[in-house]
Formats: sequence, structure tokens, C-alpha cells
Amino acid sequence: MPQATGQVTGQAQLFIAGVLRHGAIPGLSALLATMNAAPGQADPANSLVPFGRIPSLHVARFVVLEDPSLPDRLIAPTLPVQEPTRLAFIADFDGTPDALIADLIAITAPGLRRIFGHCNDFGDETDLLQWLRAHRVRSAATYVNWRGRSTAQVREEAALHEVLRTARLAHPRASPEQLLPILHEAGAAMTLSPVPAPPLTWRIGETAHFLLLPAIALILAPVLLPLVPFLAILLRWRETRDPVIAPPPSRERNRTLSALEDHDITNQYSAIGSLKPGLFRRWLTIAILWVIGWGARHIFGKGRLARVNTIHFASWTFLDEGRRVFFASNYDGSREAYNDDFINKVAFGLNLSFSNGLGYPRTRWLILGGARHEQDFKRYLFHHQIPTQVWYKAMPGLSTYDMARNTRIRHGFESPPSGAALRRWIAEI
Amino acid sequence: MSAAATETGDIQAIVDRGFGSLRAARYLLLRVIDPAAARAWLRSLTVTSLAEAKSHRVSCVDQIAFTAAGLRALGFAPDDIPGFAPEFLDGMAGDERRSHRLGDAGENAPQYWNWGAGAKEPHVLLILLSTEEAIATREAQIVNALPSAGCTLLALNRSNAHVGHEPFGFADGVSQPVLDWEGTLRPGGVRDRVYRNRLAMGEVLLGYPNEYGFVADHPTKAGVGRNGSYLVYRQLEQDVRGFWQWLAQVAGPGGAGDLAARMVGRTMDGAPLDDLPVTPVEGTQDRDNSFTFAADPDGIACPIGAHIRRANPRSSDDPQGRRGFVRDLLSSLGLKGTAIHDAVAAARFHRIVRRGRPYGPAISPAEAITAAEGAPLLPSGIHFICLNANLARQFEFVQGAWIASPSFAGLSGESDPLLGHRGPADGSLATDAFSHVDRHGCPRLLGGVPRFVTVKGGAYFFLPGLKGLAAILSG
Repeated sequence: MPQATGQVTGQAQLFIAGVLRHGAIPGLSALLATMNAAPGQADPANSLVPFGRIPSLHVARFVVLEDPSLPDRLIAPTLPVQEPTRLAFIADFDGTPDALIADLIAITAPGLRRIFGHCNDFGDETDLLQWLRAHRVRSAATYVNWRGRSTAQVREEAALHEVLRTARLAHPRASPEQLLPILHEAGAAMTLSPVPAPPLTWRIGETAHFLLLPAIALILAPVLLPLVPFLAILLRWRETRDPVIAPPPSRERNRTLSALEDHDITNQYSAIGSLKPGLFRRWLTIAILWVIGWGARHIFGKGRLARVNTIHFASWTFLDEGRRVFFASNYDGSREAYNDDFINKVAFGLNLSFSNGLGYPRTRWLILGGARHEQDFKRYLFHHQIPTQVWYKAMPGLSTYDMARNTRIRHGFESPPSGAALRRWIAEI
Repeated sequence: MSAAATETGDIQAIVDRGFGSLRAARYLLLRVIDPAAARAWLRSLTVTSLAEAKSHRVSCVDQIAFTAAGLRALGFAPDDIPGFAPEFLDGMAGDERRSHRLGDAGENAPQYWNWGAGAKEPHVLLILLSTEEAIATREAQIVNALPSAGCTLLALNRSNAHVGHEPFGFADGVSQPVLDWEGTLRPGGVRDRVYRNRLAMGEVLLGYPNEYGFVADHPTKAGVGRNGSYLVYRQLEQDVRGFWQWLAQVAGPGGAGDLAARMVGRTMDGAPLDDLPVTPVEGTQDRDNSFTFAADPDGIACPIGAHIRRANPRSSDDPQGRRGFVRDLLSSLGLKGTAIHDAVAAARFHRIVRRGRPYGPAISPAEAITAAEGAPLLPSGIHFICLNANLARQFEFVQGAWIASPSFAGLSGESDPLLGHRGPADGSLATDAFSHVDRHGCPRLLGGVPRFVTVKGGAYFFLPGLKGLAAILSG
């Protein structure tokens, strides 16, 4: 069945959060654990929220936003001592949030009622649809590894790769020219739906949004430029005084977190923390996350977030009127390697996006230092990482590299290369 | 702060050298049953310092290292002293998730090891190096002393083989980082965009600046950490007959050597593969190490998944290299180059110093190919030993994210052609393939590569400086 073009204009993210009842966490954790096939890994067919029955889903998670770093606020007395503990549901999917909510209600309403029933404003009489809509939180920035690549496309291309690889393995001595017809025969029966071209209205919208950054920059320049020296002094004054909070990791907590990790090539990552107090840091964070979201949308939509290639989806979300930020990502490889990749490739980006966090390792001029203090930075990350109770990935075993490679293989399959390009194409299968 | 070169009297000699001229090695793995007696006996041993090894030609070398369990058994509570690495305190085999990451799964799982897990976890590693003539006497002295030394012998691993060759027949230990003993290396800035072999001292010895330019946390109480290092020991058994017979079967007896060289990434005598251009590398003059893979991003000259490329991809901080301010900036922002060619960067944070030795009989490829299936062969393999300052970022990263990873450099369905356990990756294909480009430029994909190497034991040790050793043994 051809896809309804004009409907799917790429991936979207849905973030729903409700405040938990006092004492709800043990019962909720036990309930969420029943959804898992392995620690933290959702069974796609679990009876509460059978993620596998929602074909538009890429990744999803339930996570209890229990913030181990709230005691850090001792150094920031202007911040409240307590914040509410929420349950968050986060999904990255194809289509619109409204369509996903409709699917969720159609397929998983009883399960969602049991789960969100642990929230303090959810009762037996609650209208689920209204509640979900009312508890939607719009993330300040989201990142998608490959804009517009649907689950259907990923699945079809992975299936194509699998049959081509099997055929290639069966003919280890064949030359590229001999292999080509064999591969074409092997893949002939595979479904490859055309990738829908984005509609004109969508492209106009994207262009308009792209122009927003230069437009805003132009408008604000006359106001901001004269302020730059003062803002710079303010920044440096704060950077040299803000305390660093990076305690040595607890081995026990590390075991809790690692028990949930490395069950797939891809891992989930959830982290929460407070922003440094004051309007300066608040507005700086808002501006930086807006620019990150802009960059993710217009510049970094083809497999790389700056030089980091291993993130499938990520999001930065303000909570509590901007006092806290929650960061979620889905990345390939294990945690230590992810941290190292981050530090070595995009320390400047980490500093931009996280240095307004309370206790972040000392930065210089917003982008220098910071994450380059490897030990402090890893400890800071660990200090803010929280366990993700339930995590679902629709395409197990596929890395971002696999997905990009499968698309290249598909292109070669559809328009067969020759000569050196044929050899390169076959080498990738 | 003084450079490591001025503290050689406090550093165990093996940090700097492998003593290949001392052909015999004994690795004694001990368990402590009487801490006081064990401390007294260990104090009586003369540990060879680097200063001593530098001052004259030594004929025997003794080195001592401890597991965390060993420090606990000796009454030196490492958990109560801030600064010991969490991986060291947990131990190599202490956590299923760690074993999984390290590839210690399936037949490699710790439960099948000869030593290293549970009641077979060693406490003390005593390394004896000597000449072939003298080693038997030295070994007997130590073993005979044990009953009154409060220790039991868990394993006595011997190596008499030719140092520098591993049992499959390839040169081994060819590439080693050159350590910055004088403390003159200043990492940071555009220099790091070019691969170098010189390594900050703090990547191997505790108490010195590392490649990030910082002195990492280490146990400072009683000076126990300074000049120490974490020593990783893994006993890797090699199926020499299986290796060469499989090669002969898939590539023919005439092609076995060529395919083996592609799997290793070097020829048997240690030379880089033919088509890799000679590239000067800071910190080595050796022709066999004067190369990188920068000119071979698609693995045509040397397969992406070749053993040496996984173990050290020789990548600088940015594979785009150093090309001037604007292009460097664009590259840093991810606006130049492609994801797949930037999958593995910044090798300098993931270097290890290797001090391993082979064991078992040396048999040639031809003998291995013709050896009858049922004929008994003595086991052979490597006592793999490496030193590093940060277990998580160095050994565990190299082993987990590079050697054992099914998605190394964007590959899939593969694992290290020598070391991989071939089991299915997480949620994915079996990892028993090996892709390469043959000498005619034709891409080849081999499936069903057997497991050639089995882990037989392993542990994380702390190799203290001499003052640290005295503190540990003071009781």
C-alpha cells in the first residue's frame, strides 16, 4: 500500500510528564518492570503498552524523573529545596504528536491508565486523551539522526540488506560483476516503498524557520552588540566563581545503571539537573537550546550532530518553570565510549548545552574547558544520570551507521553502479 | 611536579620495558591465607625498580601487583581509601555487564576460566623474569617458600617462548606508545589533529598529567598511588591448528598466509600491509610503525576490521587532520567529512602499554595445517599483560568498544578476526564475518569465521610504586 504522502513529514517527539503521588514510586517501578523482557528493555508485546503494535514508533521510554542531584541546591539557596517527582513518557516517532496520542489511546489505553494512575491528578474518572494533551511538555530542543527517515524505510532497507548479505555470503568467490545479477535476484521480491518527497508547504515552513535565526540575529544585533562586553564580563565573573559538583561515582549506583545497559547496540540515556540560579543563566540556556534545536533541524539532519554520529534521537526539556533541564538520548555503543566520544569530538557543544547546569565543570568563555576536564565531566554526567525504567527501540541491533549504510545499499540496488562504484557498493553489503 | 624520569627508583621496571632478553617468565598467581605472614614474606622480596634496570644489565626481575581482593585480604582496605579506580575495585569478572562488554561471554565467560573468578580470583601476581638457565631455581625458591609465606599457589603460568612472537606465528608487540618520561608533552590544540605515538605519562602512571592535561584522581593516602599503574592480565588460549586449517580451507594452502595477514593487519614479520604509505609519526622511528590509516579510510589496503586496526586505529583527534583554521573549524562543527569516516577518533586516549608473553610450543603454519585433527597439542596462547592508568578509558575501551564491538567503525556482523567470540551481537547478527578487499581489489566477505581464541583467565591488578608497595605491606 503506498504511503499517504503529505502525512509523514518526518519524525516528531512527544514528551508527557505527570507529577507522581507521594509514595507511588515502588508500586510504579514494579508495574513498569513487568513491561520488560530484560532489565530496562521493553518487551515489544508487553500487555501494558505493546510498543510493537505502533509501527510509527522509533524509540520510547518511561522514566521516573527522580533527581539525585537536588541536594546540590545547598549551594544555590535561591532555588527551592524540593521539586516534584514526575513520571515521563517520551517517544520519537513518524508523524504528528496528535496521531501518536490517538494510536496510544486506541491500542494502549488500559495500560496507560494503570501507569499514569500513579500521578497525583489522575483518577478513575480522568479523560485519558485530555490528560495526555494537558500534560504534554514541549522540549526546548530535539535532535533526529536522519530527518525524514521513517520506521518503514529503516525496516525495508534493513530487510533488503539482510537478503543481499545472505546472497553475498553464499557466493564468497564471485566477482563483483558476477555478484550483481545474483544480488538483484535475491532482492527482487523485497518491498521498497518510495520515500515520500516532503510537500511544498512543509518545505516553505522549514525555509521560513531556517531564516528565523538570521532574522532574529539581525533584529537583536543592535541591542545585543553593545551589551556584549558587559555580558562577557558577567559570564567570566560567573565562570570563575561557580562551584563544580562532581563527586566520585558510587559503585552501587553504577551497577544499577549498567544493569540496564548494553542489551542492544543502542542504549538509552536519561539525565536531570538544575540550572544555575538567576536570569542570566536561564536566558542563556533558552537561547543556546533554541540554537541547538535550530541547528539540529536545519544543519545536522543527515547522520551527524556536529561530529557525533552515534545518536539516534535526543531531546533537552525544561522542567519546573525552567529551573531544571531533562536530557534524553538514544545512542550506540556503551556509556563510557559515548562519554569519550562526546568529550573528544564536541566538548564545545557539551559546554554550550550543559554549562549552565549547577555544578558543571569549569568552562572558559562558554565553550572552552568544561568537558575537557574529563574526570570532573564524567562524574558530573554520572551524578545526573538516572535509570530509565522502560526503554523501547523498534529496530534492535541497528546502529546509526547501519541505517545510513542500508540506505546507500538501497540506492545502489535501485540504480546499479558499475566499475569502482560497484565494488564500493558490494563492499558495504 | 617532578617528571617520571626523576622517580625511576620508585617505579617497577616493567612499566618501561618488557625485558625480552630474559627469555623465561613465570606468572605466579597467589591467594593470601595469612595476611601477616604474607606481608612479611612479600616485604622480603626484592622488587626490581626501573632505576636498577637502567643502571646495569639485570639477570632477573621480580615485580609485584595486587587485585582489589588481594589488598582486602592483606588488610589494606582499598574500598575505604578514596582514589582507587571503580573498575579495579569491582574486578574484571565481578559484574556480568562488564564481562558482556569485554566479550567475556559464551565460551569466554568467567565461569569457564582456569583462574580469575570467584574462589579462583588471585590476590597477588608475582612476575619473575629471568634467563632460561636461572628460572627453574628462582621458581623453586618461591614455590618452596609459599607454605610459610601465608599464601597458596592458585596458578603458575610459564612462558619460555620467543618473546615478540605469538603462537599463530605473527610478530607481536610491534606497536607500543612511547612514554613521555621527561614530562615535556603538552597535549591540546591543533597538534592533536595529527596522530602521534608519544603518550602523556599520566596515561600509564598514576600521579602525572594525562592526555587531557590533568592529573587524575588516584589514592594519595600514604602515597600508595603515585608511580603505580593498573595491570590487566588475561590468559588467551589460541587454537593454532584451528586457525591455520580454517585459513587453508577458505583460502587454499597458498592463500592462507595472505588472508591471515589481512586478518591481523600486518605480515607475519610485523610489517604493515603493502599498500599503506609510509607516514612519519611523532614518537617512533620504526618503519613498522610509521604509518596511519588516514590514507585508507575504506579499508582497501588494510581491512577496517583487521586486528591491529581495531586495537589501535591510529586516528588523530580529527580524521580530517590539520588543514588550517577555517577548515579545522568547519570540520570540528561536523560540516566536513562523513560520519562513517569519523567513526573512530582520538586514539591517544585509548592507548595501552603491552607487556605480554606467549606460552606453549611454537609450531609453524605448515605444521599446523598438516597436524592431524585428533593429535594432542600442548595448549598455547598469550599471557596478555597491559598497563594503563584509566581502566575504563583505556583497556576496557579498547577491548569493549574496539576489539569486541560488533559496530566498530560502522561495521556490522563482525568481531575481531583473531579475538572475537563470534556470538550474536546485542539484538543483532552473529559476529562471525570478516570483510576485506583482496589483493586484486575485489571486496570479499567471509562468513562463519570460527572462534580461534578463548579466554582462560583474567584479573585487574594494581602495580604499585615501590613506596606504595611498602605502604601496602606495612600492615
